[in-house]
Amino acid sequence: MTAQLVLFGILAAIALVCGVSMILADNPVRSALFLVLVLFSVALLFLSLHAVFIAAVQIIVYAGAIMVLFIFVIMLLNLGTPERVVDRLRPQQPLSVLAAVGVIAVLATVIASVPVKSQMLPEAIVGPSEIGLKLFTAEWLFPFEIVSILLLVAAVGAVMLAKKRI
Amino acid sequence: MIESIPLNYYLILSALLFTIGVVGVLIKRNPIVIFMCVELMLNAVNLTFVAFSRYKTDLGGQMMVIFVMAVAAAEVAVGLGILVSIFRNRASISVDEIDLMKG
Repeated sequence: MTAQLVLFGILAAIALVCGVSMILADNPVRSALFLVLVLFSVALLFLSLHAVFIAAVQIIVYAGAIMVLFIFVIMLLNLGTPERVVDRLRPQQPLSVLAAVGVIAVLATVIASVPVKSQMLPEAIVGPSEIGLKLFTAEWLFPFEIVSILLLVAAVGAVMLAKKRI
Repeated sequence: MIESIPLNYYLILSALLFTIGVVGVLIKRNPIVIFMCVELMLNAVNLTFVAFSRYKTDLGGQMMVIFVMAVAAAEVAVGLGILVSIFRNRASISVDEIDLMKG
């Protein structure tokens, strides 16, 4: 248990530090790279929860595909330089800390209702076969088909939006 | 059977990550960074889903994570498409200047 705890502590620390650095960085490329680190540590946390398939998908889809898309658009629009526009909403920043405290308070009251104790759990590695069996049989098949249509619509929509002349 | 660390730890971590995302959305003026913060919030929720899925030994949580990831990918594709088309029309994408639909 202690080894697990130490691993969790390290990963959580990496995730939190990189998350904070992400929103403090001026340069969008730096923010993106910090986000990649956060996503990697969350993927490792998924592994510590025995969700092997989700961890792999997290790295391939998020840290791979989505972040490449982000970096690509940053480079395409030449946004690699720090923000130089006049910040009209500067007074909003202290208020955002207030909002953060509010969100934390709400979440803390919910989390406080979960009993604190270490549980005995079965050793269950969830690989692709279990996920596949569940995804392609009765219960989750319909949402799966809907989400595939959603992805198709999104792909067509993105092309429509970004194209100069259709 | 193995002993695991309390479920609370995962919930607290994902609450903190979610809050970082909220603050980022509020203080950043660059829409791409705002998108990244939204991704961070989605990831925090995914962590909660997987943690509950593990501690309740129910695969439903991981199914939901797959759908959240699919929707996030769709959202990023459309969002970045919108950003590219805005940038083409006005050569700036500061969120303060995009007020065409302001009432």
